[in-house]
Amino acid sequence: MATGTEPHQNSGGVRTRTRAAISAPHLRTDRWWLAPAVTAAGLFAFVVYSTWRAFSNAHYYSAPYVSPFYSPCLAENCRTMPSGPNADLFGSWWAISPAIIILIFPLGFRLTCYYYRKAYYRSFWASPPACAVAEPHAKYTGETRFPLILQNVHRYFFYFALLVAGVLTYDTVLSFRDTHENWGHMGLGTLVFLVNIVLIWAYTLSCHSCRHIVGGKLKHFSKHPVRYKAWQFVGRLNARHMQLAWASLVSVALADFYVYLLASGVFDDPRFF
Amino acid sequence: MSAVERQQWDVVVVGAGGAGLRAAIEARERGARTAVICKSLFGKAHTVMAEGGIAAAMANVNEHDNWQVHFRDTLRGGKFLNQWRMAELHAKEAPDRVWELETWGALFDRTKDGKISQRNFGGHEYPRLAHVGDRTGLELIRTLQQKIVSLQQEDEKETGDYESRLKVFQECTVTRILKDGTRVSGVFAYERETGRFFVLEAPAVVIATGGIGKSFKVTSNSWEYTGDGHALALLAGAPLLNMEFVQFHPTGMVWPPSVKGILVTESVRGDGGVLRNSEGKRFMFDYIPDVFKEKYAESEEEGDRWYEDPDHNRRPPELLPRDEVARAINSEVKAGRGSPHGGVFLDVSTRMPAEVIRRRLPSMYHQFKELADVDITAEAMEVGPTCHYVMGGVAVDSDTAAARGVPGLFAAGEVAGGMHGSNRLGGNSLSDLLVFGRRAGWHAADHAADLDERPAVDDEQIDAAAAEALRPFSAEGQEPDSGPPENPYTLHQALQQSMNDLVGIIRREGEMEQALENLAGLRVRARRAGVEGHRQFNPGWHLALDLRNMLLVSECVARAALERTESRGGHTREDHPVMDRRWRPVNLLCRLADPTGGLAAADPERDQIDLTRESTDPIRADLLALFEKEELVKYLAEEELYE
Amino acid sequence: MSGYTAHFRVWRGDVEGGGLEDFKVEVNDGEVVLDIIHRIQATQAADLAVRWNCKAGKCGSCSAEINGRPRLLCMTRMSVFEQDETITVTPLRAFPVIRDLVTDVGFNYQKAREVPSFVPPADLGPGEYRMYQEDVDRSQEFRKCIECFLCQDTCHVVRDHEENKTAFAGPRFLMRVAELDMHPLDAAEASGLDRKRTAQDEHGLGYCNITKCCTEVCPEGIHITDNALIPLKERAVDRKYDPLVWLGSKIRRRPAGG
Repeated sequence: MATGTEPHQNSGGVRTRTRAAISAPHLRTDRWWLAPAVTAAGLFAFVVYSTWRAFSNAHYYSAPYVSPFYSPCLAENCRTMPSGPNADLFGSWWAISPAIIILIFPLGFRLTCYYYRKAYYRSFWASPPACAVAEPHAKYTGETRFPLILQNVHRYFFYFALLVAGVLTYDTVLSFRDTHENWGHMGLGTLVFLVNIVLIWAYTLSCHSCRHIVGGKLKHFSKHPVRYKAWQFVGRLNARHMQLAWASLVSVALADFYVYLLASGVFDDPRFF
Repeated sequence: MSAVERQQWDVVVVGAGGAGLRAAIEARERGARTAVICKSLFGKAHTVMAEGGIAAAMANVNEHDNWQVHFRDTLRGGKFLNQWRMAELHAKEAPDRVWELETWGALFDRTKDGKISQRNFGGHEYPRLAHVGDRTGLELIRTLQQKIVSLQQEDEKETGDYESRLKVFQECTVTRILKDGTRVSGVFAYERETGRFFVLEAPAVVIATGGIGKSFKVTSNSWEYTGDGHALALLAGAPLLNMEFVQFHPTGMVWPPSVKGILVTESVRGDGGVLRNSEGKRFMFDYIPDVFKEKYAESEEEGDRWYEDPDHNRRPPELLPRDEVARAINSEVKAGRGSPHGGVFLDVSTRMPAEVIRRRLPSMYHQFKELADVDITAEAMEVGPTCHYVMGGVAVDSDTAAARGVPGLFAAGEVAGGMHGSNRLGGNSLSDLLVFGRRAGWHAADHAADLDERPAVDDEQIDAAAAEALRPFSAEGQEPDSGPPENPYTLHQALQQSMNDLVGIIRREGEMEQALENLAGLRVRARRAGVEGHRQFNPGWHLALDLRNMLLVSECVARAALERTESRGGHTREDHPVMDRRWRPVNLLCRLADPTGGLAAADPERDQIDLTRESTDPIRADLLALFEKEELVKYLAEEELYE
Repeated sequence: MSGYTAHFRVWRGDVEGGGLEDFKVEVNDGEVVLDIIHRIQATQAADLAVRWNCKAGKCGSCSAEINGRPRLLCMTRMSVFEQDETITVTPLRAFPVIRDLVTDVGFNYQKAREVPSFVPPADLGPGEYRMYQEDVDRSQEFRKCIECFLCQDTCHVVRDHEENKTAFAGPRFLMRVAELDMHPLDAAEASGLDRKRTAQDEHGLGYCNITKCCTEVCPEGIHITDNALIPLKERAVDRKYDPLVWLGSKIRRRPAGG
């Protein structure tokens, strides 16, 4: 024998006493750390950006565009947006940025999303950091108990996400009006919003809970041909869930940033017609 | 006194492929406490390799199908050498065996109206093969495995022990069948993991160990196919039937080495693939036999036109019957015009655009890409005949699967002979496993139940079996003048080379005599097969023990092939190239020369196998009546026709 | 490309201990890792223990870890490695080692027994089963499984936490539960067995944190996580965490799930 002829000192996991005596936590030679590192960096960047924008409570409206972070705007301290997504449900007691009220829902939807769970369990929790790379935790109970058992409420966030996507669709429709509320306008911002809303819908509908609800729960597709078709459609989207999750995350940030640039007067919206 | 652990069971099944598992299920359901022993892990048996399907005349796709048509197809395929009663039972019972699988959870591909879908296959008149994509064997094995688990769950509820009535001894090898007088009394086995010996005492033993392909260099079979069951039966005193019939498929992969023997489907040629030798010549034009001259193209141009316009052109000779193609490939290789790795080139890359190849032959494209890193759209494949299946096997009673002459011994599946005659149809193997696996389990359970007292297992046999199994560890120095210990891997390679070259697809008298000489030499050397290390999961030792079986079986194949001076089905003699009606009713039986089956039976100095001829039972009149007279004339001897 | 000599490090030993042993071994065109292991056996270490069978990626016997990644030895081509790369082959690291590359995979057979079998419908005899292709597609995908147990090996729930082995069935057998729950004629519910509930309560579905390593290593390309585990989680939610579904099933007086 070459090296390490002693059995393990029963230190758990891959170093459990009965398993092959290999002391290294993993023997991977590829760049296994790259994917979690990139994921962590991407998610971290978004968290920083969205926190700044959500709390800034400024530069979120530049007619006809309203930032998706602030839509619908549900408190009295919202800017008045002509025929826009204003709905003063919270009244005057709400003092901080109105973005916080609504962002809870897309945040909850994405936090409990089956893809994002994988992404942050791997990249932030290192549970596991990568396949066949030992995780650094002594105990693991997964999603069996509080708080992670709450991940099971994902489908309720999906229902809310549908409503939010509806409002954002409304906003996108309104972006076909010019600053004087006349229809027949299209600017670069309209295009940004269009791309964003398509990606938001694609991400929302590609959700695993959605796939379950539209047909996945059925035992006999043959008895429900319409739901079977719907399930197949959602299934095709679902296969791209990860890509859509990232694409829509970037697009929603870009849409917001675009509004920020307009509202803060960096440049004027180029108009197509 | 022997210290080997002993357990008592009612039925022991050796082998956990389709036949073994089906037998075990049947025996357990009929109340017998049943043990299954297999060399691999539970659920890994070679049955998983079967792709095409299970032949059963369910008439789901074509309503005209019935057992009579299936029977007829089977007999034609086997060139009328089949045990007709087996073929009859097989055709009648196969549908029930398939339907039964559904009640155990199998999920076959479906027809539009929700029934089991059935596909066409060579030699079958109607679409008949129940299938699951191209992984039917896996579905079969998994379903049987899960049925066994379900029976164990029932037992656990009743007795608290999953293994109280049905237990799988996985990764264990049986080396001897133990006997009390003429009767079976149990098996001697070792656990591969620990090397520990143990004995299962049982009045009934079912052999279901599959085939013998590992005696040949190029084979589609896995390492397990070392003819264990054939050898165990021989050593227990049972005869083997018609061992000369070995099915070779003309186009198996020969290169790269990692995939040597894996089948290349016939549709490669059907879709335009051509065979070339090392000179780039389409050699098949030189090999059209006179009887086929009128049906095949004489020029490449004409052959090429056939793909587009089959009505006005003759087909290219690449599409001759399998044995003709295999013979031609063999001749080219022997004449030194083979490919670098001992095959010939099968080329589609210069015949069709890459995109057409990928569309028409997706599985082949995938197979070569995944397994061999060969892009068949860019380069030619190397192919050669590959050993695929043995039609011969333990001579059994058609109804009960009982081996002849050894009460308590049963055999089912590929290891049993007779069912397929001289050539097996695709799809008939999986149905064979189910039909005769069940029958073997049933009659083994009955046999065990009918006994007043259990046969005794005597220590002497156990000690002898243990000594035989331990021999490879003490090979050196045992017989001082006999030479140094031999590497079992080297011996195995030499055996495979001999069988492949000399008793392969095309056989000649002189070569087979040479093979028998080689085998005798190998037997002597195998006595000295030695291994290092210890008994714990030692593959060198396992191979050394399997060598005995391969050598015994190979001798049977060579002897029987030498004896049968005709060409029929899976037996092609260059020196006797036509089928001879006088051989139709003749069965060849191999028996151990030393009837005691003791250690002396493995004495290398003398031949181990006695060969005898036997006449078959006349085919029952109502079954013969299923055929036209003109057809029967081609097969049956004069006297048979007038009986 | 002609032959070259590769540097292999193969773990040898047993439960008492062991280590990586170096081998210089010939490699020829078109070979897979299993060919090289066999060459080591035939020329340098006749007693090197390795489990294998069909050598065509269909039986799932030759599971091991190559350069730290769970793979089938017979389906890993040598051409994916650089010629000067050291190739490390170890046994599966989630299961007890027996000898060299062979591990005790008994855990999986034990878990297989814990999943209640297919329950045939009481009113249908053999030959009377009618199922439609769209209804069997889902379960057929799961039945492509060759039981190589690479998913069980890579799953961190048991790989990194031996103590979870009692509570957690592992991806392969949770997929089996999903397969049966989606089987169009499985009559478990009529017999009083609720697979959706037992997936969570008996087989430890909650331990799965859907990090998808099972899907990544599956040599059959089965979408274990997306098509089996997550749908099963959603089905468990129907039973245990969704008051709307519960209410609906009370009102409509039939179990949800159509």
